[in-house]
Amino acid sequence: MSGICDMTSILVAQDAPPLLLHVLRLADTALVLGHRLSEWTGRAPMLEEELALANAALDYIGQARSLYDYAARLDGRGRTEDDLAYLRDTPDWRCWLIAELPNGDFAHSVLRQFLVAAALQPYWRALAASRDATLAAIAAKAEKEAAYHLRHAGEWVIRLGDGTDESHRRMTEALEDLWPYTGEMFEADAVEAALVAEGVAPDPLALRPAWEAMVARVLAEATLDLPAPCAWMQSGGRRGVHTEHLGHLLAVMQHLPRSYPGAVW
Amino acid sequence: MSVVALADAALRQRALAAAGAVADPEIPVLSIADLGVLRDARVTEDGGVEVDITPTYSGCPAMGMIAVQVEAALLAAGLPAPRVRLVLSPAWTTDWMSAEGRAKLRDYGIAPPAPRATRRGLFGLEEEVACPRCGSTATETLSEFGSTACKALRRCTACREPFDHFKCL
Ligand SMILES: [Zn+2]
Repeated sequence: MSGICDMTSILVAQDAPPLLLHVLRLADTALVLGHRLSEWTGRAPMLEEELALANAALDYIGQARSLYDYAARLDGRGRTEDDLAYLRDTPDWRCWLIAELPNGDFAHSVLRQFLVAAALQPYWRALAASRDATLAAIAAKAEKEAAYHLRHAGEWVIRLGDGTDESHRRMTEALEDLWPYTGEMFEADAVEAALVAEGVAPDPLALRPAWEAMVARVLAEATLDLPAPCAWMQSGGRRGVHTEHLGHLLAVMQHLPRSYPGAVW
Repeated sequence: MSVVALADAALRQRALAAAGAVADPEIPVLSIADLGVLRDARVTEDGGVEVDITPTYSGCPAMGMIAVQVEAALLAAGLPAPRVRLVLSPAWTTDWMSAEGRAKLRDYGIAPPAPRATRRGLFGLEEEVACPRCGSTATETLSEFGSTACKALRRCTACREPFDHFKCL
């Protein structure tokens, strides 16, 4: 096997320090969503949206790179940002489930962008006050980008919801499909609790009212009914329990570095 | 100031001048000093020069290219052991773009960002952007995202020309 590197998958232990686990959760969500957005390249309904989705994808992937770079330093085992992105298997990914769902139609994609950006923007804003200087710096940058994503996606939700019968029907379907995945964005477990106590990360639950207010306002403007509270929300991504879709996404995203270890171009 | 401190200050100035002249790969009419991407320079303990740059957007694909070009410019200027450091904090803002940079952008056909970074929320008021060709403020947004992450696409309703607008951040 001369010339072929060790291709064994790597793992970040479930009992790794809370800060490392939290940074990975944020990084995984950003990269998986960035990858999903990049899948629109060449397939968007119009050139302007092609550019918009590709630009948002770049923002997410850029945020992920900063976060993985930090995670690799926290990990301290000489593993790089690329190792963390390309050599971990599905159960070691900690993204929100909503990020890994297939794009669906344009209504599904922009609604997901809106629901996620409405949660991330206040999150990044609060995280920018973190006692952890690196996280604060990454968050301050990401917050500005999230504000643009929120505005772009929110305007589309309004335009499509308050549009034709067809666009309204598609938005309604997207809302029904995605709503059960929104609860996970406000979950906190022992990892977050430890960081909240140290002033390193904000409590996601405390940010939920701001998200609810934004969502209610946009949906009202879009003439879409706010879904009734779900008795049961999808959950598990942050613990490595995923939908069947993530494995397929990783197979595409990780294919090249796994098949040609150490490849550069 | 000691002789060493004076020599270091001179090196730092040379490093800032050499690095600051590097053109942005996507908007070559602007230097990275005009853009505010060049943040600082210093002489390190080993006597080398270290230059700080900051990305406009997290995913700006030009950063790798800029870093390589800064290093090359420092080497070409004969500066010792040059290094480039990527800094994220404080986050870049269009407020750092020089007045000269704004004028160059306009001449190049790109509407510069507002002098003070303002931000329109989802339900906020539309900002006023003047057409870089005819100066009319009767312009409208075509797309929030343009040919690069830092630009939006607009259209002038007076002269009918589409144009790029450097977004406020
Ligand atoms: Zn005009």
